[in-house]
Amino acid sequence: MTQFTQTLLAGVDSSDAENWQLKNYARRSGYSAIRKILSNKISPDSVIEEVKKSALRGRGGAGFPTGLKWSFMPKQYEGDKYIVCNSDEGEPGTFKDRDIMRHNPHILIEGMIIAAYAMGVKVGYNYIHGEIWDTYERMEEAVEEARAAGYLGNNILGSNFSFNLYNHHGYGAYICGEETALLESIEGKKGQPRFKPPFPANYGLYGKPTTINNTETFASVPWIILNGGEQYLKLGKPNNGGTKLFSVSGHVNKPGNYEIPMGTPFATLLEMAGGMRGGKKLKACIPGGSSMPVLPGEIMMQTDMDYDSIAKAGSMLGSGAVIIMDETTCMVKALERLSYFYFEESCGQCTPCREGTGWLYRIVNRIEHGKGLMEDLDLLDNIADNIQGRTICALGDAAAMPVRAMIQHFRNEFIYHIEHKKCMV
Amino acid sequence: MLSPESLKKIDHEIAKYPIDKKQSAVMSALAIAQDEKGWLANETMNFVAKYLGMPPIAVYEVATFYNMYNLEPLGEYKITVCTNLPCALSGGNDVANYVKKKLSIGFNQTTADGKFTLKEGECMGACGDAPVLLVNNKRMCSFMTNDMIDQLLEELSK
Repeated sequence: MTQFTQTLLAGVDSSDAENWQLKNYARRSGYSAIRKILSNKISPDSVIEEVKKSALRGRGGAGFPTGLKWSFMPKQYEGDKYIVCNSDEGEPGTFKDRDIMRHNPHILIEGMIIAAYAMGVKVGYNYIHGEIWDTYERMEEAVEEARAAGYLGNNILGSNFSFNLYNHHGYGAYICGEETALLESIEGKKGQPRFKPPFPANYGLYGKPTTINNTETFASVPWIILNGGEQYLKLGKPNNGGTKLFSVSGHVNKPGNYEIPMGTPFATLLEMAGGMRGGKKLKACIPGGSSMPVLPGEIMMQTDMDYDSIAKAGSMLGSGAVIIMDETTCMVKALERLSYFYFEESCGQCTPCREGTGWLYRIVNRIEHGKGLMEDLDLLDNIADNIQGRTICALGDAAAMPVRAMIQHFRNEFIYHIEHKKCMV
Repeated sequence: MLSPESLKKIDHEIAKYPIDKKQSAVMSALAIAQDEKGWLANETMNFVAKYLGMPPIAVYEVATFYNMYNLEPLGEYKITVCTNLPCALSGGNDVANYVKKKLSIGFNQTTADGKFTLKEGECMGACGDAPVLLVNNKRMCSFMTNDMIDQLLEELSK
């Protein structure tokens, strides 16, 4: 098997109960990136330039260039500013941030310290998914370790730079992965997304300038500072810098997280994940988490794993959650479960999403249960049309896109269900 | 209304936020209250509201919005099984059906002895460990098989 350079989990041994601790992170040259910045007095602007050079793009789903996002924060602002880490990992198929936090928590803390330095921020919050209590406790311990060692708090490593970091535990709401819903949630409210603009860089947490990044994004920063943005970019391909964790789930022999360079062929990733379970045939794959369009197996096998290649193939890299489905999978049933999820998790704020997700679920449900009508296929398209692009946040799009892609690529299966009142597989 | 231990934990959470932003601690305060009481009665939520200086309605809004709060008394152990697509592809529904059969209850039901309540869950962010279930919001059990469910239920029944 090919050995790839790792930037996130290099040297991490998850079977060792103490491997996550600060002393072991330090042995893996941990905290030397922030030491380098402070002892060489590298300016905040130079840090941002280095991140821009790396072509690091947001690892949470949207893929926005990280350095550019950091440069949006107002520099001369007198009051408080915040950075927030989005560890509310609830996109079905995604479980990479959990592994970063439980197996290598200090790389996230160091990444956030560097980000805070670059943007002139004194306080950060890490918002952790509700269902992973053990991981929250691990982060609480790690933050205490970092504080005791002088990496968090006032005058970090004897410099003028101060930064404090706190963990915030979520309690079961998919929508809080949307960055403005997450801010509302930290403020102690229902997690309902805010209308944008204003964007968080101007009006964020408590109405102050705020930058929100995904866990993996922050965790990618220490390597970039130590080795240079150009080196990071070279690991991947132009416009798609670095390595990325892909969470592989579903019908494979070895589900799990695999860190590979951007641009690695999907076939290689599938092989790393042990290949298809039971030697069955790959039927379909959702390459970027449940909100992204599904692709037929034969298209996936020709595709590389990076933002631009997956977009060219007709889907999106999203969070890097690769859901594998073999030939025994009923696509109607698969879509029924996903549609139920979006119906259940819609925050109820925008009418097209609140009502539309219910419609989508009920129609797919009746097709699955042999009560579908042929005109339902057009009706589903019509409802998806009336949701997509008509809501405050992207949950509406996330509910609509899988429906359209499933019907586009597996239309025959839906027709079979309607005509024969049973499953094709 | 809440034990000194719980209040200490809530104070620890309040200290994470700016001094005039106590409301930010409401999610953890409700979770801590639920750990102590088992569920969130109106009087518990009213206490939390008073403690954080919030209108009670603002606390109810939070408690009813997030899925992991218990708004009614449940069994001693709440078992939440993820049946979302990635888990379903790896036996999530089989696990749910097995627990249903073992306990002779369906989703959102509690056993006659008040020991177990079964819930259907959404993505827990652990799809690589499927099938996955969660006991009382905190203890995640991974790669569940029928044997492991037998062991778990026996352990919790003691």
